[in-house]
Amino acid sequence: MQITTTVNGTEVTRDVEPRLLLVHFLRDTLGLTGTHWGCDTSNCGTCVVLMDGEPVKSCTVLAAMTEGHEVRTVEGLAAGGTLDPVQQGFMEEHGLQCGFCTPGMMLTARALLDRDPDPDETEIREAISGQICRCTGYATIVRSIRWAAEHPAATAADQEVNA
Amino acid sequence: MTTVVERSAMPQEREPNPAMTSADRPIGFGRVQRKEDPRFIRGKGRYLDDIVLPGMLYGAVLRSPMAHARIVSIDTTEALAHPKVHAVITGKDLEALNLAWAPTLSADVMAILATDKVRFQGQEVAFVVADDRYSARDALELIDVEYEELPPVIDARRALDPGAPVIRDDLEGRTDNHIFDWEAGDAAETDAVFARADVVVRQEVVYPRVHPAPMETCGAVADYDPIDGKLTLYETTQAPHAHRTLYAMVAGIPEHKIRIIAGDIGGGFGNKVGIYPGYVCAVVGSIVTGKPVKWVEDRSENLMSTSFARDYIMQGEVAATREGKILAVRTKVLADHGAFNATAQPTKYPAGFFSIFTGSYDLEAAHCSVTGVYTNKAPGGVAYACSFRVTEAVYLVERMVDILADELDMDPAELRLKNFIRPEQFPYANKTGWEYDSGDYEPAMRMAMDQVGYADLRREQAEKRERGELMGIGVSFFTETVGAGPRKHMDIVGLGMNDGAEVRVHPTGKAVVRLSVQTQGQGHETTFAQIVAEELGIPPEDIDVVHGDTDQTPFGLGTYGSRSTPVSGGAVALAARKVRDKARAVAAAMLETRPEDLEWEKGRFYVKGDPSVGKTIQEIALGTHGTVALPDGIDGNLDAEVTYDPPNLTFPFGAYICVVDVDPGTGKVKVRRFVAVDDCGTRINPMIVEGQIHGGLADGVGMALMEFIGFDEQGNCLGGSFMDYLIPTSMEVPDWETGYTVTPSPHHPIGAKGIGESATVGSPPAVVNAVIDALAPFGVTHMDMPCTPARVWEAMQGRPTPPI
Repeated sequence: MQITTTVNGTEVTRDVEPRLLLVHFLRDTLGLTGTHWGCDTSNCGTCVVLMDGEPVKSCTVLAAMTEGHEVRTVEGLAAGGTLDPVQQGFMEEHGLQCGFCTPGMMLTARALLDRDPDPDETEIREAISGQICRCTGYATIVRSIRWAAEHPAATAADQEVNA
Repeated sequence: MTTVVERSAMPQEREPNPAMTSADRPIGFGRVQRKEDPRFIRGKGRYLDDIVLPGMLYGAVLRSPMAHARIVSIDTTEALAHPKVHAVITGKDLEALNLAWAPTLSADVMAILATDKVRFQGQEVAFVVADDRYSARDALELIDVEYEELPPVIDARRALDPGAPVIRDDLEGRTDNHIFDWEAGDAAETDAVFARADVVVRQEVVYPRVHPAPMETCGAVADYDPIDGKLTLYETTQAPHAHRTLYAMVAGIPEHKIRIIAGDIGGGFGNKVGIYPGYVCAVVGSIVTGKPVKWVEDRSENLMSTSFARDYIMQGEVAATREGKILAVRTKVLADHGAFNATAQPTKYPAGFFSIFTGSYDLEAAHCSVTGVYTNKAPGGVAYACSFRVTEAVYLVERMVDILADELDMDPAELRLKNFIRPEQFPYANKTGWEYDSGDYEPAMRMAMDQVGYADLRREQAEKRERGELMGIGVSFFTETVGAGPRKHMDIVGLGMNDGAEVRVHPTGKAVVRLSVQTQGQGHETTFAQIVAEELGIPPEDIDVVHGDTDQTPFGLGTYGSRSTPVSGGAVALAARKVRDKARAVAAAMLETRPEDLEWEKGRFYVKGDPSVGKTIQEIALGTHGTVALPDGIDGNLDAEVTYDPPNLTFPFGAYICVVDVDPGTGKVKVRRFVAVDDCGTRINPMIVEGQIHGGLADGVGMALMEFIGFDEQGNCLGGSFMDYLIPTSMEVPDWETGYTVTPSPHHPIGAKGIGESATVGSPPAVVNAVIDALAPFGVTHMDMPCTPARVWEAMQGRPTPPI
């Protein structure tokens, strides 16, 4: 079947199997390998992307269900080469180690901050509670998201050093 | 021995971040941002499943639905008829290639694809190669396997019963399920101490089967080139060089014709040490089809078939005086190794380093014996950040010390303080053969107690008990033995546990360091650049770290058992020092003086007494590669290579205190606070060290409260998905509170001891001790992990803990 969807601001049209999962559409069909897969059962959240700005687990969304919707992946977080404050925060506060859960965590963080620019620790923990990280023990992820809340616009100097 | 000790009660991550500009960035040790992060935060990591090669096909594994069954027949006709299927491989096909069975890492053999029987649920039976991953899965449904079910052995306690089904009838002459007996310490001496002790406490302590469950499952892309006979194998492996050698031994492909590439690894924790049948099948699939073949397991395959961890049933005993002096420890262990003895550990240590179960205490005697048995469960056994079974050892002794404290009616922290090995006793020879390199335990314990406010918490607890509220305070103090290891004692399948490292300095003074170890998130690209930076004064950003490609890096055994910094870190530091020695000779030639008349400051040699006359390492590099007349013995470069054979293991330690609240209505445990004071010797990048600790603490909370790979009586795995195998989320863990002391290793080139597994080792007993402390009003003195609400509730009712 043919689907047309918007991914990171660009409209794409592809022929896909009806059963194709969004995570495989992004990774295998479009080559956007920043979205990872981790469990099949919607438990780990490694595959989280934003659909119309809301976090969804792309292992349990069919590619066909994105017809006419907007999907945002980690590749779409940095706008015009400028890092999202969330990306900056994860580097500043050591919010990642192996990096596998990181794209999903960052997208959930972005959705949270879009809804609530100044979340406290409890709100952040709730927001990421559908996602598993095996490396960090979460505290630094929480701090990373707080960093992003406190630095809503990363400065040009930050960008230069960390690009 | 002189020990430099530095202490800080301040959480490291609260230090100011000096990494914002190049000018402020420390050249050497200190907090710097990670070099690997820019690609990860952009989604540009290079993980196994991101690899796409031209013409690549996809593999999928058919697995056994039964724990123990004879294979009557396998019919692949329909699967082969699937239009998108290129090959279906069975055990019979592998038998013809002499590949159906392969050596394990523990002197056993394991089935790659089952030929005679299946021996655990999830065992590999057939491999399909198809155009895409969906078709490969479809074709698995078309394979018809007829099984004749056999009675399984699930409970390790029943494995040695007379008449128990023999699992390994593939082994010549095998009539039972016994694998090994191993012991350490002096049994007679220990028995004598127990016989005269005032007090003896005993407890069966079970460390249940758990799973490392890295977020990225295991996988491989095999690309065999039939023209030059070279196999390029992309793998999720923690040990690329060891894998290369093993493939050469197993598959008969010459070692120089095998290239293992490990890209970014999405977490390992021991799960990615071994060679799994799926990897071998991908290789065979590529050879058979002439195309690259990718195989990536799904989550259930990961949880059900790859290296589990723990599964030790331990009979613990402690002998002490009435005043609380611990005299001796003794234990008998039954170790469930699953269907194949495939644990990855040094040859002479079938129970790993479990004999460190003497803990942090000065004892008169100790003895342990471990019996390994086969069961109809997945093989593996050393995994999940356990430091070669140190986790089980620490859990046992720290649980037993609490049981003793309860018996003596003493405070558990005070009992530990009373029995610590004293600083002047280091290096300390324990009663099971280890020589602890350095330690200063009391300050770490006191720091943890101060930081958590121990006395106040005990007062709060007493008040809450009056009101019927359940609050627990759990203490643990651990000593690890990591950094394997000295080649005279330690090898894995005959390969000495040494690591090579190579440092090259380019003409412009930039450098590349090549490593044998393999990061899975530990930040090697940053840490090892910092080690070279510290030694040579070259900024870390000017140092490229190459790893994970056996064609480009020197041989070494890989990353597990917290060995990267203790072993490869030593190799890198010594290689950099060789570079510095060469640079001194060249600088002397350039400055027309004698090498011994030069002084080193970080990044520069200068003439003694005249600091203004000198040469930077960058100037020396250019001179070496330029036209400077080189002194004798210097051959036109500053490069150096070292293979490091550590003289001893390293012994990190720490004091952990956990505070929990238990809901008396539901049995649900809430971890309110967790204070961790660690000592890993020299701290190279405090941010990374703290990160390693945080991750391990979460692991510990998970194992103590949630994680469990259980089986029913038929051998069905009950932890085969993340719906059943529960892992802590952000809601189950607190904001970690950390502190540290620094007691460098006296024998390590930079005094570092390794930190990768400290918290995974040290935290489970702190959490369980806290839960049991909370349940003291109910007379509970012990319960086994995981302390789920149901099990805690049963313990509160005075009933034995149910299996799950």
